[in-house]
Order: sequence, then C-alpha cells, then structure tokens
Amino acid sequence: MARDTVMKKPKDTRGALRRLLRYLGPWKYVIAGIVVLSLFGNLLNLWGPSLAGDAIREAAAGPGKVNFDAVSRDAGLMLLCYVGSAVLGFGISLMMTVISKRVARRMRQDVFDKLMLLPVGFFDRHQAGDVISRVSYDIDVISTSLATDIVQILSSVVTVVGSLVMMIAISLPLSALTLVTVPVSVIYTVYMRKKTQPRYAKRSRCYGTMNGFVEEMLSGQKTILAYAYENRVDERFDSINKDSADAFRDAEHYGVTLGPTMTAINNLGLSLIALLGGILFLNGQMDLGRMSSFVLYSRKFAGPINAIAEVFNELFSALAASERVFSLLDEEEESADAPEARMLTKIRGDVSVEHVNFGYEDGKTILHDLNLEAPAGKLTAIVGPTGAGKTTIINLLMRFYDPNSGVIRIDGQEIRTAVRRSVRSAYAMVLQDTWVFHGTIFENIAYGKENATMEEVVAAAKAARIHPFIMRLPQGYDTVISEDGGNISKGQKQLLTIARAMLYDAPMLILDEATSNVDTATEREIQKAMRELMKQKTCFVIAHRLSTIENADQILVLRDGDVVEQGTHRQLMERKGFYHQMYAAQFE
Amino acid sequence: MKLILRYLRPYRLFILLVMVIKLLGTGTDLLMPYVLEHLLDHVIPGAADAWPVIAWSGVMFLLTLITRILNITANRMSVRVARDSAFAIRRDLFHTALNLSGRQMDQVGLPSLISRMTSDTYNVQGFIRMIQTMGIRAPIMLLGGIAITLTMDTGLALILCITAPVMIVLVCFVSWKGIPMYNEVQRRMDLLVQRMRESITGIRVVKALGKESYERRRYGEANAGMTRQEIKASVIMSLPGPIVTLFLNVGLTLVVLIGARRVNGGQTEPGVILAFLTYFNMILMGVMGLNRIFMMMSKANASANRIGEVIDLPEELTPLAEEETAKAPGDEALIFDHVSFNYDEDPSVEAHGQFLGEERQKCLDDISFRVRKGGSLGIIGATGSGKTSIINLMMRFYDPQQGHVFVDGRDVRAYHRDELHRKFGVVFQNDVIFADTIRENVVFGRDVSDEMMERAAEDAMASGFVESREERYDHRAAIRGANFSGGQKQRLLITRALAAQPEILVLDDASSALDYRTDAKLRKAIRENHGEATTVVIAQRISSVLSMDEIIVLQEGRMIGKGSHRELMESCAEYREIYRTQMSEGQE
Repeated sequence: MARDTVMKKPKDTRGALRRLLRYLGPWKYVIAGIVVLSLFGNLLNLWGPSLAGDAIREAAAGPGKVNFDAVSRDAGLMLLCYVGSAVLGFGISLMMTVISKRVARRMRQDVFDKLMLLPVGFFDRHQAGDVISRVSYDIDVISTSLATDIVQILSSVVTVVGSLVMMIAISLPLSALTLVTVPVSVIYTVYMRKKTQPRYAKRSRCYGTMNGFVEEMLSGQKTILAYAYENRVDERFDSINKDSADAFRDAEHYGVTLGPTMTAINNLGLSLIALLGGILFLNGQMDLGRMSSFVLYSRKFAGPINAIAEVFNELFSALAASERVFSLLDEEEESADAPEARMLTKIRGDVSVEHVNFGYEDGKTILHDLNLEAPAGKLTAIVGPTGAGKTTIINLLMRFYDPNSGVIRIDGQEIRTAVRRSVRSAYAMVLQDTWVFHGTIFENIAYGKENATMEEVVAAAKAARIHPFIMRLPQGYDTVISEDGGNISKGQKQLLTIARAMLYDAPMLILDEATSNVDTATEREIQKAMRELMKQKTCFVIAHRLSTIENADQILVLRDGDVVEQGTHRQLMERKGFYHQMYAAQFE
Repeated sequence: MKLILRYLRPYRLFILLVMVIKLLGTGTDLLMPYVLEHLLDHVIPGAADAWPVIAWSGVMFLLTLITRILNITANRMSVRVARDSAFAIRRDLFHTALNLSGRQMDQVGLPSLISRMTSDTYNVQGFIRMIQTMGIRAPIMLLGGIAITLTMDTGLALILCITAPVMIVLVCFVSWKGIPMYNEVQRRMDLLVQRMRESITGIRVVKALGKESYERRRYGEANAGMTRQEIKASVIMSLPGPIVTLFLNVGLTLVVLIGARRVNGGQTEPGVILAFLTYFNMILMGVMGLNRIFMMMSKANASANRIGEVIDLPEELTPLAEEETAKAPGDEALIFDHVSFNYDEDPSVEAHGQFLGEERQKCLDDISFRVRKGGSLGIIGATGSGKTSIINLMMRFYDPQQGHVFVDGRDVRAYHRDELHRKFGVVFQNDVIFADTIRENVVFGRDVSDEMMERAAEDAMASGFVESREERYDHRAAIRGANFSGGQKQRLLITRALAAQPEILVLDDASSALDYRTDAKLRKAIRENHGEATTVVIAQRISSVLSMDEIIVLQEGRMIGKGSHRELMESCAEYREIYRTQMSEGQE
C-alpha cells in the first residue's frame, strides 16, 4: 500500500517557500499594514511601562508631596496606551486569522481544482484518503503556521534590530558578543532544519498513508467482518498507527530541543556579557549604569529570538506539509486541448476507430489494431469474455485515455483535435459501477442537466422504472441518499444512474453493463424506454445478457483485445463461431 | 476531556515526573535574572579582582546548561506521552470503528469516521504534548506573581484581584462557546472530506458528464462554509487574550493611582510599586499562557468529544446468553422463522445517510424458509425487493425486529460474531478488492494454503487471468481493484469466498459481470467441488438459480413464491413471467 500512496519525493524547499509566499501575494499590502501596526503595538507596549515608571517617580517624592495631577495624567496616558495596544493586538490577530484561513481556503480549492484536471488513472494509483489528508492535515498545518508565524517573525525583526542599535550605542565591545550568539543561533537553526524538516515530511506522509488505509478499510468494513478478518486489519493498522506515532515522535524529538536551546544560547550570551562586562568594569572601561541598561536591552534582544525559534519549528513543519501539497499540484494533468482544438457541434454520430493500439502500462497492450465503424444512429454492441478489453474501448471513446497509436474520429474529426469537454458531452454514459452522492434523489437524477425541472426528473425516473420506488419513500424525490448509506440497494442505485443518463441529453449513448444488477423484468421495461431514447442516437452497449443486444445493428465480438467476429446477431449465429458458443452457453 | 484523562491515566506517574522536571527547569530559568541582578548589583561593584565575576558567570553558565537539559528532557518525555496516548486512542478508535454495527455505521457516516480517526486525533495529540509543559510554566508565573504581590502589599494586590472575575468569566465563556464552535468546524470538515471523497470515487461520472465545475462549486461551498466557521471560531478565541490583558493593565493603572495616594499617605513605599510592575509582568505572562492553554483545550475538547462519541458507542449485536436466545425449530443449516425487518429501528431519529421519515414499509415481511445442510437456495426478485437484506440478517449485520434466524440449529444471536462468520464464504453485491496482492485479497488472514487458494481460483475461473500476470498471486491489485475488469474482480471475489471451503456459501449477485459461459462453468465447479457447502445464491439471471433445491421469489419484502424451479413454474405466476422473459427472448 505504501508504494502506491507515496508520491514522488518532494525536495525543493526553497521553491516550496516561494510558492507559499505567492499565496500571500494578494494580501501583501494588508500584511505590510499589519507589520506597521504591530510596530505601533510594540511601541505602545514599551511606552506603557515607562509611563508607569514616570508615575512612580512622581510618587517617589514621598508622603504628602505627591503631585497627583502628574500621576493622574500619566495614569490616563497609560490607560490610553493599554487600550490602544489591546485594540491593535486584537485587530492584528483578527486580520492574520482571516488571511491565513483564506489562504488555506485557496489552497484547498486549488487542490480540488487540480484533482478535477487529473487523468482518471491518477485515482487508481492514489488512495482517496491520502489525497484527502493533504487537505485535512497538511493545509491545516500550513494555515496554523501562517496565522502566527509571519507577523511574529516580521515584528520581531523590528525589535531585534532596534535593541541591537541601542546595544551598539552603549558598548561596542559588549555588542560584539552578539557576533557569537547570533551566528550560533542561526547555525543551530539551520542545522535543526536539516534534522527536522525531513522528519516533518515523513510525518505528513505517514499521516497520509494512515488516512488512506483507514478510508480503504472502513469502506470495506462489511467484507472484513464477514471474513473475520478484523483482527488482521487491526494488526495492520497497529503497524501503520505505530509508524505515524513514531514519525510524530521523531519529528518532535528534535523539534522540542529548538526552544530550550535558543534560550540557552541567549542565556549563554548573558553570562558572557556579565563576564566581559565585569572585567571591563574592573578595568574602569564601563560604568554600572550603562552595564545595567545594556543587560536590559540584550534581554529585549533575546526575547523575540526565543519566540522566533518556536515559530521556526512550526514553519519547518508547514514547509514539509506544503511540499506534499505542491507535489500534488505538480502532478501531470490530462493533456490540455490544443489551441486550435475545435468544439464538436451538431454531432451526427459517426464514430470510427482506426488501427488503435492501447495498453494501460507500457509494454502491455490490451487492444491490438482495433478497427470499428459505428454509423450514426446505429446500435453497436460489444461482447466478449471478461477482460477482453470492452471497458477499455469505452475509456478511449470518452478520452479518459488516449490511444498509443491509431485514431478515433467523431463525424470524421479526430477526437484528439477536438475540445475534450465536447467529446465527453457527446455521450451519455451509464457505467457498471454506480455512483450516487450525498444529496436528494432529485439532485442525483438531475446531476447531468443543470436547471432540470421536476417534471423532467420525474419523466426520467419513470423511464428508468424507479419512480414507484421513489414515491413510496416518505420524502419522495427529496429523500437524501448517500453512497455508503445502507438503505438503497445496488440495483436501485443503478436505476438512478440510468435515469440520470436519460435526462442527460447527448447525441450518443454508452451503456457499460448498465443493468447488470437490475432484475430482468425491470430491465426489459427499461429497454423499451431506452429504445425510445436511443432512436436516432449512436449507441454503444456492453452486455453479458446477450438477449439484450440481439437487435443491435452490429455486434463486435472481442477476445483478448482483438475483434474476432463482427456482424448482426443473425449473421453471427449463422457463422456458428465464438459468438454462437457464447450465446448457447446462456441456455446450458 | 474525560476521554483525554482516561487515556492519560496509565501515564499519570510519568506525567508527574515530566511536570516535576519542567518545574525544576522553570525554576532554574526564573532564577537566571536574579543571579544576573546579584552579579550586577553586588558582585561586580565589590569585586577586588576578576575571580568572583568569573565564578558567578560560571554559575550562570551552569544554570543555563541545567535549564536546557531539564527542559529538553521534560519536552521529550511529554512527546513520548503524547505519542503513546494518541497511539492508544487511534488504536481503540479504529478497533471500535471497524466493529461498528451496520446501523451505527450508517449513523456516524464514513467521512466523519475518517476525520475523527485523523484530524481529531492530531488535535488531541498536540494538546497532550503541549499541556504537560505549558501547563506548568503559566500557572507558576501566575500563582507565583500573585503570591509575591500579596506578601508585598495586600491592599494593592487585591486591586489586581478584582480583575479575577473578568478572567473567570472569560475562561468560562471560551470553554462554553469554544467547544461547540470547534465541534462545528470539525463537522464542516467532515462535509468537506465527504464532498472530496465523493468526487474522487465518482471521477469517471464527473468527467463523463462534464461536471467538473459543478463539483468545484459544490466543494467550494463546503470549503467556504468551513472557512467561515473557522474564522468565526478563531475570532471568538482571540477575544479573551486582549481583553484579559487590558483588564489586568487597567488594574495596574489603578495600582499606580491608588499606590500614589498610599505613598502620599505614607502607607507604602514607592519601591513596592516599582516591584509590583516587575511581578505584574510575570502575572500577565502567566495569564497569557493560560489563555493559550484554554484555547487549545477547547479545540482539543471538541475533538476529544467527537472521538469519545464513537469510542463509547455500545457494542451492538453482541452474543446473547444461550437462555435468552430462541430455540431452533430444526437442525437445518439455515432457518428463517417469520422474520420481519426494517433498517430504521427508530424512524424518528435523523440519521446520516439513511432515509428519514415516520412510516416506511417493512424491508422484509414475515419471511420463513429452511435450507438443509449441503442444500441450496436461490433468491430472485425485483430490484429493491429485500434480497440483500436476507444476507444482512443471516450474517447478523442487523437484527430483525420480529422472528428469528438460525444457523446450524442455533440462534444467530447466540454466536460469537467471528464464529458465525467463519462458517460463511460470501461475495457481496458491491464487494471490495483491497489495494494489496491477489494472495492477500484471497487468503484474507485465514488459514488458507497456496494449494487451497489455487484450487479456489480454478473453481472461480480466475486462475487463467491470474496466472497470465507476471507475479501471479503476488500481483498487486490497484485501488478498488481498478486494474481488473468487472468480471475479473467478481471472479477474484468468488475465489475469496471459496478458498476456505466454507460451510455456507453466499453469492449476492456475484456473477452479474460474468458472461454466461463462465457463469455456467462456475456453477458446475461449485456443484462438483463444493457440493457439501450449503449454498445461497441471489441473482437476476434465472439460469443462476434454476438448479437450486429451493428458490424463493421476493416482491417488496414479501415472499410470493417458494419451491423448486418446477414447482414455481406451476405455482408462481411472477416466476413464470421471469422465466419466460429471460429464456424465451432469444427465440422470439
């Protein structure tokens, strides 16, 4: 499983950071504003205590001599300061929250939009849960980090630079000590990034794998229970769970050293300042007052650096997470339509397949030199043993895949030179695998046709013979159904998808085992309705119940990717070949 | 919170140790400024030579190292606790989820289960990690600050204390408001996950109908809804911080004002007010820390509640004591005795993914039949007539409201679940192939030898295409078996069902994608090589059930015909009609 879910390894951290910053691009002026405001906030925060100091100095005049006017004025200003800084603080965190959540929203949308552009094969290689984890975990990590880190870093820089200037002004030799502590901090941070970021990346990957496993297993819960397989699944989950837990520990094991180490480096700096300062004092090169204020500023200097260290940790995990998001965004999309690609309009429905070779994997050809003519308005049936390549033909007609060689044409135009969207909308399709989404029955049937009216939906449901069932439901067409809900049978889902296709008015129709789970009586009735629908339309039908395709205009008998026989039912029966054998087997 | 405490219980001594270490680390950290102050105020001015300065710098250096070691140790230990407890929570949650009854599964819903398994457990894990270390520093600073100010000047300290009610109210507000808000955030996350999952599983339909932009919109709505809720929660959460700070600062201003008055009256010293400022900062930082803890706590609490909701679900469908179960009226392999069943036990309860409403017709109504050991039963009936529900009851995925089901002469409710299920080999209608090797998909953790597996594959007509693949049984199935055709998937599933030589073989529409020839061969192989198994076959094709000892005909949950093919041809008009349409069609 791990093999399938691990995407190509992301490496480009700098690129990831750049792309992350690009997401902040639209907000750059707001962020600049926030930085200015936080500067103000910092100033107010500094001014407040100094006003308090002033007030106390006034009070220090001693009993009976206190100037209450001055004290009151200072207190009033203090209050103003604090109110201002509270308002600013709240405003800044508000804005940053909004920005980070909006950025997260943009990213989540980008991931989803990307998914819609990926070829269907992608979803056969990647567990849904792993893809979902990028949205539910990785982007969450990024957004949490953005909300605090950016402002933290930017506003800290201001304090750090300011303090440094003050320190240099007081004593150049002592300031030189920062030449020791700052590089050590930087080197340590870089070193920790090397240590932690791959581990954070691993944690993200493990969480993705775990999400994928959980999704896969819980969707197969009934089967697992039916085979008393649950203990084995529990065991396998244990090992995946353990991997995730270990990945968390490994990353945090290093991550949690960053904060205390930064504090230690700064405290080390303080001890050195004390030592050097003491010696300077003893040599008469430094007085105690300057020494005290130097220490004061160097502590101010250290504060934000500690804070940044904590922030950096979050930033590293956000970067690791963003690499996973970006690697998904970099997946190869379905080939874009050529600029000169034409819309297929006014489709007559002549379909021809010429010398098509195709395989899903290199070197494994499934269809060999396939030729097929489906004239407009005719019904072409494709039959053959399972695995002969019937569904593959549908995949090619719909341009879910493009052939390795050979061409497919609609009305004489090669479909690769047509707008993909217009090729797909030329067909209404009912697949073997039914799919309904969480929503009302009405929404599910109307899915293919925007603004479908209730009358149209009811007519389609009637044609698909699902209307009586729907009417028996307490909420009728407003009943909510879902894919994994237990209360709608597979056959009923199939009928719903047929109704959906009937409502979707396309010039051509593909039915791939469309009625395999439907009882035969219903199937026959549906066929009557279908025949109505299929009149004037080019149809492709895959079916195992050969009786359902007897009146096809032509039948293609497929075996191991080759067309072995072709003709009408009557012709094929007379040939007494493979088709005849298959037909006879039905009544054995 | 209860859930978190429950899972932290095994580590309580260890956590105590973490806290003690963190306490010491905080102590040495808070000591640093005092040592520095001592060095500046007393050591340096009085020093005759450099040695005392060096010695005291050495003390600082030592303190720095000890602080770092203590803090890192505590942090790392807390990581271990978080890792172990999150591992245990996920293990138990997955175990519970995997063993939920069909009804419970319908109720919680798969997407919600997945996000509870993942993002909710990450929230809790992060909280557990932080609370152990952050939970020490903040209260110490708060309580320490309060204690010191109280000893200095009780009157002035009490002024600060009047802000306490504000803080208490805010904290309560945060917990009262925050938990439901984060709960709502997670609920919206569920919706987002659901929409994404649906679009992924239905990607072929989405693309075929050209609904990419519609899906983008649908997902976009969920995305926007979630973002809105997240912003709302974050805004509420970011309120208390500035407010508390403001109130404390107002308190401080009062202290200055009143302090000045008291100094004037000679009741206090100006120095005391100055010291107040320092300790006041400590209190403020403590409060801010606590505020962060409460913020995290409400988020973690919401997640913990969601996890708890699932973990604490009562185990349903547990074995009943022998005396509570019904006595079997016979010793046949399978007996249904006047069974009536409906999926919604309590129709007024709104449940996810289920039909809602007050009145629903019964899904199964008074069903009775018996199948002798080694006998065979065919079930036929229109789509939605309740065929699959019979399997659900037989394997006790649900309990019937009326009547009893017996397997091997015992009430199914008397069996331990695995004991019951081991008797069965089953293929469900929409059964799953896991992304794993063919071998694992067939063997499924059971005691199945290679020989048994290969024989089963032979009988299920699967050996041909399996052996044509390079790695044969070690060939990996893609996600949802996407690299197999519909018919190949069904044959693999049948191989799985046959592999362990089950006592009861259940095939629910398991051969619908097989061509007739393969289907006929399959029936022959089952008859010849698995004759001793009691066989239940649900099918649309009459040819699949025609040779069964007994066939029941279902219509809207009621049994309208029962007997052998020959008997039914005489007694059951509906059966005759099905037969006529399916078998005579070809001769029309």
